[in-house]
Amino acid sequence: MDIIVCMKRVPDSAARIQIGGDGRSIDSAGLEHIISPYDEMALERALQIKEEQGGTVTVVCLGAAEAAKEIRQALAMGADQALHIKSDVGYRDPLTTARILADHLKGRTFDMLLFGKQSIDADNSAIGVMVATLLDLPAVSLVTKLDAADGKATVEREAEAGAEVIEVALPAVFTAQRGLAEPRYPSIKGIMQAKKKPIEEAQAPEEAALITLEALEPPPARTGGRIVGEGVEAVPELVRLLRSEAKVL
Amino acid sequence: MSYEAPDFYDLDHLLTEDERLIRDTVRDWVSEKIVPVIGDHYLKGTFPDDLIPEMAEMGLLGASIDGYGCPGLGPVAYGLILQELERGDSGVRSFVSVQGSLVMWPILAFGSEAQKERWLPAMHKGEAIGCFGLTEPDHGSDPGGMETKAVKKGDHYILNGAKMWITKGSVADVALVWARCDGKIRGFLVEKGTPGFSAPLMRKKFSLRASVTSELILQDVEVPEDNVLPGVEGLKGPLECLSQARYGIAWGACGAAMACFDEARRYTLSRTQFDRPLASFQLVQRKLAETLTEITKMQVLNLHLGRLKERDAGTSARVSMAKRNACGKALEIARTCRDMLGANGITAEYQVMRHMCNLESVNTYEGTHDIHTLMLGHEITGIQAFR
Ligand SMILES: Cc1cc2nc3c(=O)[nH]c(=O)nc-3n(C[C@H](O)[C@H](O)[C@H](O)COP(=O)(O)OP(=O)(O)OC[C@H]3O[C@@H](n4cnc5c(N)ncnc54)[C@H](O)[C@@H]3O)c2cc1C
Repeated sequence: MDIIVCMKRVPDSAARIQIGGDGRSIDSAGLEHIISPYDEMALERALQIKEEQGGTVTVVCLGAAEAAKEIRQALAMGADQALHIKSDVGYRDPLTTARILADHLKGRTFDMLLFGKQSIDADNSAIGVMVATLLDLPAVSLVTKLDAADGKATVEREAEAGAEVIEVALPAVFTAQRGLAEPRYPSIKGIMQAKKKPIEEAQAPEEAALITLEALEPPPARTGGRIVGEGVEAVPELVRLLRSEAKVL
Repeated sequence: MSYEAPDFYDLDHLLTEDERLIRDTVRDWVSEKIVPVIGDHYLKGTFPDDLIPEMAEMGLLGASIDGYGCPGLGPVAYGLILQELERGDSGVRSFVSVQGSLVMWPILAFGSEAQKERWLPAMHKGEAIGCFGLTEPDHGSDPGGMETKAVKKGDHYILNGAKMWITKGSVADVALVWARCDGKIRGFLVEKGTPGFSAPLMRKKFSLRASVTSELILQDVEVPEDNVLPGVEGLKGPLECLSQARYGIAWGACGAAMACFDEARRYTLSRTQFDRPLASFQLVQRKLAETLTEITKMQVLNLHLGRLKERDAGTSARVSMAKRNACGKALEIARTCRDMLGANGITAEYQVMRHMCNLESVNTYEGTHDIHTLMLGHEITGIQAFR
């Protein structure tokens, strides 16, 4: 089973995000980055399938030169090789991103192409299915279970209040939802071997974006809480305020 | 809010990519797996046994051993692992130090081929646990005075004596017991369950509570000849092991100090008294400034010692300086940070007091602070002041 996993480098979810001087980008000075968590879940499942039945796992990353660190981490976890499509563009609209990925994936043979259901920075939830469309492949999104054998995959997919079980002929595209797999920590040996694994490099085209990002704004500062009373007596007032003021009930 | 490790002098840039990736991996693992549970283990006096397979899976056990399925890491990467583990808890780091530096390392350095084949791969996989029995009830700083005896009888030895303060003693599958045989100190691999050998738990500790500490009792224990470490005789054997382990302790103590500093900085920034954050008062800032300065000095010393070791220049005296410095300063830092947290600082909701109590042991074991002072004194003057 040959599997390709697309992974994005994103700011650490625990990091404090600062908006850059231009008002439309994130200030990356001192910012920690990680593999976007859903992509990492997809990678983990791909590695498990490779370990169960052999084959290869290739990671593809469209991103800045610094993403080499996250690519190494994927190789340290057990991926066999990588394609790094280098790009200095900070913001790109989903379709442009999907086209670049599809262009590089075109001529490659694979049984499965995996994505996270969304990146945790842009949150577009678009790339996986767009790439599938561009490659004319079937896609199943929000996958929580994925098994493959004899040229087809059996997947479970999150549905409203339940699960769908789907069978699909390979090659196909899947996007990972939480629950698919718990990413492993790379082992020391994996880290040491990662250095020797091949990273193919390509340059992303400077295409005109279809969408421009005008401004980024930080979330409004949190205001202090309010104590509405003490003990059980406070409950009715609390419920009333949650309903009428906070409008969360 | 996640841990922000102090690195004031940007020593990160002096690390290789591998070293950084290994450090970051262990750091993340500690944040996810150790930090949330260790306070409760500490209070209960238990070790997080369920995490041993994960540590083994990552390759942290005997990580510096080359061959026998072990990764053969360089000294800096090994030190960084121990620094990160002790950022979690000294007990966790102690386990990894004992396993790797005090049991696997001597088997590699002094053991027979059969002993290496038998123990090293199993210990790396966490399938076998080891302990190191040197200290005795009446001989701590002066292990040369040990009373545990081995007498040769046919194709085996008969061991008699007692060891005390032995980390992992009660659970270990193999105990490396140092005993006097015909006047010479030799190392014996005593297996769990050997008749006459028992390892009762030592209780009532205030320090290193998330760690198993035991006595080893040896009453006419028959140990086959094949279980003696053939490659070493004399006090030099255990002392060379200790030099390996002390190097790691220097890194570990620094990790504990880093945890305390990070917690105190956060706490004093968020806690207000007299309508201002604690961190805005000059006395608090002085504590933070001095603490960070000592941590930075410790980090530079440890890293440089690691680079010295890479070219075989990490002499035992140099290791003594780093062990003494890191433990002594980390203990002071932990006490200062504990103070900055006020009453909250005495609870298991925070880490400072646990680290502070742990560091009392770390400062004592593997040569107390004062013993290392005397070792340095010996190195400087050529005059031994121990006796
Ligand atoms: C939690 C814990 C785990 C341990 N794990 C292990 C283990 O796994 N294996 C093992 O073998 N041991 C272990 N030890 C034992 C440890 O190494 C000894 O406790 C240590 O070497 C000190 O010995 P002691 O406790 O007998 O103190 P002592 O030697 O009695 O020293 C008491 C005090 O006297 C001072 N002192 C001693 N001699 C001199 C001198 N000549 N001049 C000036 N001052 C002096 C010391 O510095 C110290 O302050 C452990 C200890 C602890 C607390």
